[in-house]
Amino acid sequence: MTGTSLRRAGAGAWRRVLLRLLFTLALPAVLVTAWWVASDGSTNVYWPPLRTILKAFPDVWTGERLRTDVRPSVLRLLGGYATAAVVGVALGTVIGSYRRVRAVCEPVLEFLRAVPPPVLVPVIMLFAGIGDTMKVVVIASGCVWPVLLNTVEGVRAVDPVMAETARSYGISGPARLRGVVLPSASPQIFAGLRQALSIGIILMVISEMFAASNGLGFTIVQFQRGFAIADMWTGILVLGLLGFVLSVLFQVVERRVLGWYHGLRASTRRSP
Amino acid sequence: MHPRLAVSGLRKVYEGSGRRVEAVRDLTFTVEAGELVCLVGPSGCGKTTLLKCMAGLLAPTSGEVLLEGRRVTGPPPDMAFVFQEYGRSLFPWMRVGENVELPLKQKGLARARRRELVADALRSVGLEDALSAYPWQLSGGMQQRVAIARALAYEPRVLLMDEPFAAVDAQTRADLEDLVRGLWRERGITILFVTHDIDEAVYLGERVLVLSASPTVVQEQLKVDLPAERDQLHTRVAPRFAELRTHVYEQIQAAKRGTPVDRLTKSDAPEPH
Repeated sequence: MTGTSLRRAGAGAWRRVLLRLLFTLALPAVLVTAWWVASDGSTNVYWPPLRTILKAFPDVWTGERLRTDVRPSVLRLLGGYATAAVVGVALGTVIGSYRRVRAVCEPVLEFLRAVPPPVLVPVIMLFAGIGDTMKVVVIASGCVWPVLLNTVEGVRAVDPVMAETARSYGISGPARLRGVVLPSASPQIFAGLRQALSIGIILMVISEMFAASNGLGFTIVQFQRGFAIADMWTGILVLGLLGFVLSVLFQVVERRVLGWYHGLRASTRRSP
Repeated sequence: MHPRLAVSGLRKVYEGSGRRVEAVRDLTFTVEAGELVCLVGPSGCGKTTLLKCMAGLLAPTSGEVLLEGRRVTGPPPDMAFVFQEYGRSLFPWMRVGENVELPLKQKGLARARRRELVADALRSVGLEDALSAYPWQLSGGMQQRVAIARALAYEPRVLLMDEPFAAVDAQTRADLEDLVRGLWRERGITILFVTHDIDEAVYLGERVLVLSASPTVVQEQLKVDLPAERDQLHTRVAPRFAELRTHVYEQIQAAKRGTPVDRLTKSDAPEPH
């Protein structure tokens, strides 16, 4: 490649980045503007102007509030999510590796997966109480399914040539699990983890709306009951932002862990 | 003294859903230590099945494979296998160096020794610079070199190669053929090389085993009396090379004609023998 074409490729890359940024920001900007304009003259109590909501935002979400309400919510979410990830990957690996276990478990899994997780909140309250444990259990019990089922599929789908290669070099036991099976299943596991993240946020809010003394879900319901409608809307904005930040963090981790996978896919697209 | 490899009365029948396919009928042959033997046969003649039985990856229906007199029941630690599908045989989540090193870790070798073997193997295949690249960043021929390096670093006494160059372009293929011959002469490994390419078999082998169409038997064994020093330019135009390849070609044509076309027999039919 000559110097000129290298420079041209560099300029092309910059243009691509700028274009992507434009595409990413365009729709949010349009939506916020639309909201702003449409709600500007609103006198409806339940539908305050966006201006009012944004003005209320810094007064409501003070450092104190972040500490007493956002932090417990995030900790519950992380606790439940981490539990679901560990349990889902561990069980999924076992179920995916053994045909017999799969035959026994599959019908039960299909049933359990079909139960909508919010329904479990009152049930789990009965034995886990109304404390943090209940919330963590609710979040974990909802998040575990996509992780579990995707892990099963990923572990089952290990390429037969790779499996034979491992066998011919005597790679077995923990080395096979760590070096071959789990990395090979990791793209699917991450797809499950991504689904689980959005389920986790939903369950975090719902479990806090049922019974809690702090947390984001609790606060939003409190505002609504106290007719602090603008404050309630700010809570919803915070939830949206939290979801956005978590998904960006997830993408950063995914890009790191699955860097090889994206590279592999890009290289097979170039030369099919 | 046992031969390095002995295959006797090997038979493999695949059974499934009311059908039985006799892939290999009755194979008997030996490979001496330090030999480079090419197995060639018509496509679909069970070459891969045979090789996988020898590698301990498949259990034969009857007969046995002996590695230095010991029966092969699972993948033996002093045997390495090079697959045709290099893209699926290398682990895409590991860098080249890690791919070569993984089997050595499993062997329990010390870190310094592993480093040494990896560097040496990559140097032997001309890829010392690719240590920290990912396999998918390399061309097909280079990927297959990595797979060969992984096999070399494992320090096997027997190297089984299953149509390793079937999926690379002609020029790369010629380079890789010379690489394999060079490594064989340098390291004195016993190599069993399966191919469907007659020229490749004659060019590479010290001995060529011609297999029949499936169900497979050994059609002919042929000593390749070409000089040990071979090169793509001169060896391939030598009169003796032409004679040998014609001979093998005729044998394979005869093998195709001489066996029944219908390879599938119903399980309730009497066993063919």
